[in-house]
Amino acid sequence: MAKKAPRVPVREQLPEERIKNFDEVCYGYNASEAMQEAERCIHCKNPRCVQACPVYIQIPQFIKAVRENQFGEAFDIIAEDSSLPAVCGRVCPQEIQCEGACILGIKGEPVNIGKLERFVADWGREENYFKPINVKPNGYKVAIVGSGPAGLACATDLAKKGYRIKIFEALHRPGGVLEYGIPEFRLPKDEVVRYEVNNVMKLGVEIETDVIVGRTITIDELLNTEGYHAVFIGSGAGLPKFMNIPGENLNGVVSANEFLTRTNLMKAYDPRYDTPIYVGKRVAVVGGGNVAMDAARSARRLGAEVHLVYRRSEKELPARVEEVHHAKEEGIVFKLLNNPTEVLADQKGWVRGLRCIKMELGEPDESGRRRPIEVPGSEFEIECDVVIMSLGTSPNPLIAGTTPGLQTERWGGIIANEETGETSREGIFAGGDAVTGAATVILAMGAGRNAAKHIDEYVRGKYGS
Amino acid sequence: MLAPSIYSMDIQAPRVAKSAQPGQFVIVRVREKGERIPLTIADYNRQEGTVAIVTQTIGASTRLICALEEGEALLDFAGPLGRPSDLIHKSDEELASKRILFVGGGVGTAPVYPQVKYLSQRGFKPDVIIGAKNRNLVILEEEMRAVVNEYHLTTDDGSAGFKGMVTDKLKDLVVNQGKQYDLIITIGPMIMMKFVAKLTKELGIPTIASLNTLMVDGTGMCGACRVTVGGQTRFTCVDGPEFDAHLVDFDEAMRRQNMYRSIEGQKLAELEREDQHCKIGRDK
Repeated sequence: MAKKAPRVPVREQLPEERIKNFDEVCYGYNASEAMQEAERCIHCKNPRCVQACPVYIQIPQFIKAVRENQFGEAFDIIAEDSSLPAVCGRVCPQEIQCEGACILGIKGEPVNIGKLERFVADWGREENYFKPINVKPNGYKVAIVGSGPAGLACATDLAKKGYRIKIFEALHRPGGVLEYGIPEFRLPKDEVVRYEVNNVMKLGVEIETDVIVGRTITIDELLNTEGYHAVFIGSGAGLPKFMNIPGENLNGVVSANEFLTRTNLMKAYDPRYDTPIYVGKRVAVVGGGNVAMDAARSARRLGAEVHLVYRRSEKELPARVEEVHHAKEEGIVFKLLNNPTEVLADQKGWVRGLRCIKMELGEPDESGRRRPIEVPGSEFEIECDVVIMSLGTSPNPLIAGTTPGLQTERWGGIIANEETGETSREGIFAGGDAVTGAATVILAMGAGRNAAKHIDEYVRGKYGS
Repeated sequence: MLAPSIYSMDIQAPRVAKSAQPGQFVIVRVREKGERIPLTIADYNRQEGTVAIVTQTIGASTRLICALEEGEALLDFAGPLGRPSDLIHKSDEELASKRILFVGGGVGTAPVYPQVKYLSQRGFKPDVIIGAKNRNLVILEEEMRAVVNEYHLTTDDGSAGFKGMVTDKLKDLVVNQGKQYDLIITIGPMIMMKFVAKLTKELGIPTIASLNTLMVDGTGMCGACRVTVGGQTRFTCVDGPEFDAHLVDFDEAMRRQNMYRSIEGQKLAELEREDQHCKIGRDK
């Protein structure tokens, strides 16, 4: 067999330019580039990529349609399994899912499935491609808590089955983490998020914003007073975690959630918006996940010199490979194998630095990653005026605390069956970060889809088809 | 308008009105480019589906709220947020056995009102001390008098009521007049609550403070509202807003409140310049 052609490269904004704006970094493929990349797929009989996709998109089929210039058909194939292709094409960790499983990756580079998905989704948007589907209402209604990836995926599948769906969103804009968490330069809000949320609404899904379930209304009121036949909880991640080291409440220490909510949801990077943001001259970001990369790269764009402090080595960084690569190109200084021990204050209680200690890797721990161990006597200081803590989140307590009988893990996550989304309460299902703790967009979508399937079985079983 | 620069509005918000409890707050947004602003709930009417808010024009965003005319709408009104006051969980016997005093200051008077009204409706009228800078800035006096047992007013300049700080009056009531209280609830500027807490600690009276920290989402996500209570970090929006006043690190809370002050100042200056442009425009 002839050696496969290398991947078709993707055009991007140059690093020195993009650190001055919040425009999207990656331009994506155009039609001819996409068709050329699609040629590389060898259409395996047993496609490993599909098995590795949390929502089981029929990858070889859509790629075949792209190769044959049948973009509308490709769009329809993806739409069967995903309501957010332009989002997923941009933010999925393809290297550990579809592309990680691609047979071409064994000897060379896997097919660029993510960028092909993105191309098809963007083509659909630009061409205003929309295939209306006729759904016969089945007379049942389901309430969904949270309009993030889990809720949108669950809503889509149930709406297609004829359910009347209302999503309750706590914030003023729908989208959940897509709106408040992931930055504009990775996932454009008006162009991509708004558009895909609107596509879900075209299926008849209603979204009511400014409703905080657990405060404005309880789950039991939704079931008993408002007459919903089932509820899906996709309320997402919650309170930011801190390290419990001295100085964490100094002025200038913020959680990544706060920093990103200010820049993304509230658009503090745009001077025409009212919400303030404090960036300082030198920023230290603590953590190594996608959220840490997003915070670091946002701070860079807001004019700061950024150091990223992570206690393990580059190999263990949980962030997507592409984000790490982009962050490095943008001049983020990676301070790996270092762990903060104290945030240092000036006389007025503002941050003046971060004291760290060097780490080395020991034996693997329960996560399978090598455990970082402090190197005695290796403490040093990083001069900075802002510290962004990106250490994950613990679940929001509002729903569990106001829903009697809804069982939670000790750390606060809602206990739900991984396959079905069933919780300890009849008629209440859950999925996404509210169940698993901070994970990815696509895993939340997978959980939303699984739950949709079982909500349908539950409702029809209980009330008749 | 309740006083110069202090405005009260009834907002049509049936869902919020239906579930609001004393001690809770809301988040509002005035315009698309606006901030999310946390405001205390000053009153609510479940039948009419309205929630009253009281704001003072202190920053750029509160000025925008106060500039709204009757019939206009806020862009967003989300709530109720925060945990309701513990009082709503107390039995009649427990309430009957407690002598309760509220100490409110400035716009903090507004969120005192629904708590006092609630107790009054259950048949227990508490005492209140209300502090204001001067006579013109006293708000809700009549409403408050109707639902309290004793009403004590203090002003900094003595233009109405007792001349002095709320803490002076509190000391006077407890030390000189020998009044006994089992619980004090204080709502107002951080600095006032700090000194109320300091005094009541000396006097040995359990005290609750309702904190008005910075917030972005207000729903338990951003962590901007964190405070140190008894050496532990707590989140005002989901764990509060009411905390044991004797355990709150008020100095830290005050410092954190000022985190965005200089940026806020710039925004306000911009708004004032815009205002001037408008006026010039109208004159033509």
